Amino acid sequence: MPVEINDLRPQQSEKFARIRSVGGYRPPRVVTNAEVCEHIDSTDEWIRERSGIEERHWADSAESVVDMAVKAAEKAISRANISATQISTVIVATISYPYQTPSAATDVALRIGNPSAAAFDISAACAGFCYGVGLANDLICAGSAEYVLVIGVEKLTDFVDINDRSVGFLFADGAGAVIIGPSATRGIGPTIWGGNADAREAIRQKSSWLSLKEGDPHHNVEMAWPNLEQQGQTVFRWAVYQMPKIATMALEAAGVEAKDLDAFIPHQANARIIDSMVKVLKLPSNVPVSRDIRLSGNTSAASVPLAMEAMLESGEASSGGTALLIGFGAGLVYASQVVQLP
Amino acid sequence: MAHSAEEVLAGLAAIVEEVAGIPVSSVLMDKSFTDDLDVDSLSMVEVVVAAEEKFGVKIPDDEVKNLVTVGDAVNYIVKAGL
Repeated sequence: MPVEINDLRPQQSEKFARIRSVGGYRPPRVVTNAEVCEHIDSTDEWIRERSGIEERHWADSAESVVDMAVKAAEKAISRANISATQISTVIVATISYPYQTPSAATDVALRIGNPSAAAFDISAACAGFCYGVGLANDLICAGSAEYVLVIGVEKLTDFVDINDRSVGFLFADGAGAVIIGPSATRGIGPTIWGGNADAREAIRQKSSWLSLKEGDPHHNVEMAWPNLEQQGQTVFRWAVYQMPKIATMALEAAGVEAKDLDAFIPHQANARIIDSMVKVLKLPSNVPVSRDIRLSGNTSAASVPLAMEAMLESGEASSGGTALLIGFGAGLVYASQVVQLP
Repeated sequence: MAHSAEEVLAGLAAIVEEVAGIPVSSVLMDKSFTDDLDVDSLSMVEVVVAAEEKFGVKIPDDEVKNLVTVGDAVNYIVKAGL
């Protein structure tokens, strides 16, 4: 007879969570298409037409993933009117933190002044932030956390060859953070998440770290650095064809109709993907759609919270409004949920 | 399901108009998607995805680059539907 395992914490009624605040950080250095075209054989017109990007922010070499994450986190903590010590869990979504261990999240916890918080990183690329929102919601609703700091942060310029015509213009740097905390009503709908791992080669780091290790059987003298590469058309097709179905499932699971949305905040992968998703989703024209990619490029895990902050600051969307989020990228993996805006 | 070349051309022309804004009357068998109709590679993916749905066929990624002219696409879809 197995021993009975109990939950002896004080019993509480059903819990709900919502996003209490958002804070973004964009590195000060703005890089125009003209500057990008010093490294690749392309034009401003081609880049705008194919991606919608006009400029992006690149971090300088002294600015780390954690530096950016902490700046975004401090803004979110201050806007949530809580102290850092009230945060019980720190989740960092990133694919560009250059250490295997310890996690970026532990360094963030230390630097915001809460070294005793539970802290871990998740690797879900451009879906990372929406994965984090889903996890934070479930942690709070299950009673495992009260306030969760979720950060999407990338310094993709460390892992992109700026001379690679297929991605040199696309990726950029930045951080976006949210505080997710208790709520009297449900502020985060069910997360629809999953993957298509059979296409895991479509966006990837070119080789393993072991290719850099002399003496290892995987050592490859020609591999100077394992940059990111992607099969653009395969990803485009997947995003355009599959992601509207996932977004529709997230709406249905939350019992929200597209016409009742106050904002659509998709991962800022490419303006053409966003336009196509809006078309396939048959989103009513009165629903504001984030197109932060124009000024930010593709910042992977940071793109959704950065776009959310930009929409709230510009007045395109309002606090308390209902937004549909969707993240999708390397894996291939995706996550989508309906949320109440902070 | 089998479709005639005429049916496929008409359906494909409607898709090209919807995706890229090219008038249906310009979408003719001998026209090149890239050179004559100004359909770029991303729009071509949208055309392919819409065509798959409309005609119930599969057009793999590797095949898309071989579909240079409207006629190539029509013939591929007719064959794939047999």
